[in-house]
Amino acid sequence: MRARLRSFGAFWYDFVIGDDWRGGAAVAVALGVTAVLAHSQRINAWWLLPACVIAALGWSLRRAAARKP
Amino acid sequence: MNALPLFLTVLVACVVEAVEALTIVLAAGLTREWRSTFQGMAAALVVLAAVTAGVGPALTLIPLGALRLVVGALLAAFGLQWLRKAILRFSGYKDLHDEARAYEREVAAARAATASRRAAVRDWYAFTLSFKGVLLEGLEVVFIVITFGDTQRDLGVAVLAAAVAVALVTVTGVAVRAPLARVPENTMKFAVGIMLTSFGTFWGAEGAGTRWPGGDAALLVLVPVIGVVSAGYAVAMRRSRQPADAASLASAPPSAVPPSAAAPPPGRAAR
Repeated sequence: MRARLRSFGAFWYDFVIGDDWRGGAAVAVALGVTAVLAHSQRINAWWLLPACVIAALGWSLRRAAARKP
Repeated sequence: MNALPLFLTVLVACVVEAVEALTIVLAAGLTREWRSTFQGMAAALVVLAAVTAGVGPALTLIPLGALRLVVGALLAAFGLQWLRKAILRFSGYKDLHDEARAYEREVAAARAATASRRAAVRDWYAFTLSFKGVLLEGLEVVFIVITFGDTQRDLGVAVLAAAVAVALVTVTGVAVRAPLARVPENTMKFAVGIMLTSFGTFWGAEGAGTRWPGGDAALLVLVPVIGVVSAGYAVAMRRSRQPADAASLASAPPSAVPPSAAAPPPGRAAR
């Protein structure tokens, strides 16, 4: 049962996150900061998530390129 | 938002997935046995229909803000994955997805496997190959249909786009009886990656409580911006890859240099 649950979780992790978890982590952190700014500081930080997504993509690509000989 | 971008995004994404599923089904059917292949395909379609029927309407009960936050986060992460792969393929850091080669691999594996009968299934290998292929590719279709359809509160248009995509690929596959290697899959994946990331970013930020300048019209800026930046990354990586390739060829011993790289192919030597 435990092994099945683990493989179920691994499947969904691979399905959504894939080879590099940093992209997913960057999206989660950016969304969290955006929500905090919007709700507690009343700052409309619509630009934060796109900027983080673009930066995370570049970072992930750079790492992939550095790993390839 | 207009239904047309929703329809086109889901259509292109689903065509890509359907082409990959078709390759697996053809490999199972043409190499092993059609009846078991169709049984596997039908079983997978039943599971996918059950997931869509269960999860799709259930998600509409979630408040739109929370739904957009969760769906936006998932879509942005999912889209980044597609985009990353597409850029690595374009720039030569990853092999291009080739349906003809994928088909050959599946056919070789299918030929090597032994046949075994289970209950009403004559060839268990053909059944499981077809079931897994359709289920895994279909899950991506269901994910895209449900996230786009529910977030736009227009599940009908998303389902229609997926149905048109699957029908289009099935009819073409039956007509040519070969993997659809001519479909520009890598380019389509690049485009879908841009759309998934853009919509995920848009909905995610809205769900987090921001208001986009211009409302839905902000997508008309966001999609091109993510597209242009991604294309820029791809071109820059391709340029940096070419000198690296040339340097590794120059430093390799003559026996390690593939003939295609060491000498121009016949007919091109004079050019």
